[in-house]
Amino acid sequence: MKKVLSIVLAFALILSCVGILAGCGSNGNNQADADSGNKVSSDKIKFGIICLHDENSTYDKNFLDAVKSVQSELGLTDSQVIIKTNVDESDACYSAAVDLVEQGCNIVFANSFGHEDYVIQAAKDYPEVEFCHATGTKAHTEKLDNYHNAFASIYEGRFLAGVAAGMKIQEMIDSGKIKASEAKIGYVGAFPYAEVKSGYTSFFLGARYICKDVTMEVKYTNSWYDEALEKEAATTLINNGCVLISQHADSWGAPTACESAGIPNVSYNGSTIKACPNTFIVSSRINWAPYFKYIIKCVVSGEKISTDKCMTIADGAVELTDINTTVAAKGTEEKIAEVKAMLEKGELHVFDASTFTVEGKTLSSYKADVDSDANYTPDTEVISDGYFHESEYRSAPYFDLVIDGITVPAE
Amino acid sequence: MRNKNQYKEPLIHITKKPSIEWWKAALIRAASIVFALILCAFFIVLVTDLNPFEVYGAMIKGTFGTERKVWVSLQNTAILLCISIAVTPAFKMKFWNLGAEGQVLAGGLCTAACMICLGDKMPTSLLFIVMIASSIIAGIIWAVIPAFFKSRWDTNETLFTLMMNYVAMQLTSYFIIIWENPKGSSHVGIINSSSRVGWMPTIFGQKYMLNIIIVFAITIIMFVYLKYSKQGYEISVVGESVNTAKYIGINVKKIIVRTAALSGAICGLAGFLLVSGTNHTITPSTAGGQGFTAVMVSWLAKFNPLMMILVSFLIVFLEKGSGEIASTFRLNESIADIMTGIILFCIIGCEFFLNYKINFRKKSKEVK
Repeated sequence: MKKVLSIVLAFALILSCVGILAGCGSNGNNQADADSGNKVSSDKIKFGIICLHDENSTYDKNFLDAVKSVQSELGLTDSQVIIKTNVDESDACYSAAVDLVEQGCNIVFANSFGHEDYVIQAAKDYPEVEFCHATGTKAHTEKLDNYHNAFASIYEGRFLAGVAAGMKIQEMIDSGKIKASEAKIGYVGAFPYAEVKSGYTSFFLGARYICKDVTMEVKYTNSWYDEALEKEAATTLINNGCVLISQHADSWGAPTACESAGIPNVSYNGSTIKACPNTFIVSSRINWAPYFKYIIKCVVSGEKISTDKCMTIADGAVELTDINTTVAAKGTEEKIAEVKAMLEKGELHVFDASTFTVEGKTLSSYKADVDSDANYTPDTEVISDGYFHESEYRSAPYFDLVIDGITVPAE
Repeated sequence: MRNKNQYKEPLIHITKKPSIEWWKAALIRAASIVFALILCAFFIVLVTDLNPFEVYGAMIKGTFGTERKVWVSLQNTAILLCISIAVTPAFKMKFWNLGAEGQVLAGGLCTAACMICLGDKMPTSLLFIVMIASSIIAGIIWAVIPAFFKSRWDTNETLFTLMMNYVAMQLTSYFIIIWENPKGSSHVGIINSSSRVGWMPTIFGQKYMLNIIIVFAITIIMFVYLKYSKQGYEISVVGESVNTAKYIGINVKKIIVRTAALSGAICGLAGFLLVSGTNHTITPSTAGGQGFTAVMVSWLAKFNPLMMILVSFLIVFLEKGSGEIASTFRLNESIADIMTGIILFCIIGCEFFLNYKINFRKKSKEVK
């Protein structure tokens, strides 16, 4: 009986302790009322970045490299740039964002798609801090003053990478190594998501811009990072007769599968030349440094950060790595420079509606699901002036058509 | 002269210790932590040139730095504690339930399903009853299937429960594709983010409070259940010796299934707390490996629910500290993981000194 009593007492004690703590909690949020339009002097800038993984993931490394280069370029101290890695897409992301705010950050940036809802929650709770999020889709529908989405026109970079692939395949046909009917590209994609679809379509259009005979087969791994699956998908594609492979996933699975099979590879997120010297052609990547500089500049000058910002190849936000001349076809570098200049001037559009058909028809109108909703309702007309306006009505890609010439698994 | 045939005493030999007083045991454990911290300090200086005291300071700041951090730490402790409590009765029975991960996920999945599909179809109080009931039932199903096979055909529960984890993960992935938004993203996002239907209510202005109270209640109940109830006694008997249990007329099959069901039910409830009370979303990694960490917590606490409060808090402290070190000093989290490894190694290692005595060979005194 005595024991039971002591347990009851212990429980009561715990409850009352919790109660006392809660009492303190209710008035803990002392938010400074500062307008988002206020200027911040550059030595008061504090930039917080939340990453899903650390530099072991090529995706996150790309962000971390960019933030470190911006830090040294702008002469910011380590205490002005706070990095949080390995932050899950869960309540932990909200905690991390709020922690950055409490450490005095005026800008908080998160890099993973699944972070978005938690960042929005933090943006609502801390209106005086600017929150920016890469790859997200909700800024233009949430209409918060301090929440912004960002992306880059990586489709331009993929188009150029496609040009390099097209050059290589044309070379194979010309040298009699393969027949024109065998000019099939294999593509390892993560998910059947617009970002991936937009990526492989622009890559394919780039290749077909050079070589009219190319076709493409896509395989999904249903994971952003799964080395074994990516390797397996690439090997399956090679066995299905693909003569060149590219990928949109974050591991080294596909490039290394290509290297061991001796099949040329166009990579993503950075050069794989060290591990794949005999098969790597070129790689496209997003350079986040221009965006970071842009948001810091906005906060310093009191300017409003754009709700949706998609920086382009002309801004330096999309880059190609050095070309591996031992594998790439002759004249690739010159051709890429020529096409790039046309893209920058707007003479050439990646998703030019006259260059592709869907189920045999050329499109003059297409409504995309730009405002995300549970029923995926198409809501915005995206084809005008003869081309598909990718990343203009929101920064994240929404090109989700499957064009003729590309074979995808049934969804 | 020493006799040639005389037994040669080894330099070190180990003997079992009789049980020691609690304060001595506590002292040895405290010493092991101090030893671990000194070891870590050497490691820190050797590898990073940082001041170890600053590093420890950052760890403390990561857990207790602000009032909000204290709450987050308490919340994380509560969830880990809840899963640890859940696996304990099964472990005490020597039923190696490595399926907590899957059982939590199954519970979480049911909670998410209710929030998405029933959120606007029934009053909140009814919704909560359905959510809790379905998550508990899902956890029970996930645990009882292996238990049933174990009791009937003596299948290996370790492998079986492990495999059930993958089934739960694949099932979650499947439903995520049905609920995903936008299409193809394989993310559900925060469920009912504007209406907050099915979100655990905030009490005393603290959103984690209810979670913490529920888990504390479960902990106390489990302590009483294991220590003072007839069923708790039956669990210990089956765990000590199945034959003894049979001899004294305990229906072993029934106990195995019943205890596994209890284990699964609490895991399911943990899934509910994670989805409704914490993350408000579902991903295949919602359980986040805590189903396995819980195994360690339960063992380290020697299956004592009250000790688990301390142990799970220690684990959370190490995790929070790791994150803070990585951020403050711009280090890779691996270095913090190594420190966590050293600390846990010392804590587990000290159990050896609690149970055994090391005897050194006595020097020449006896040798004439």
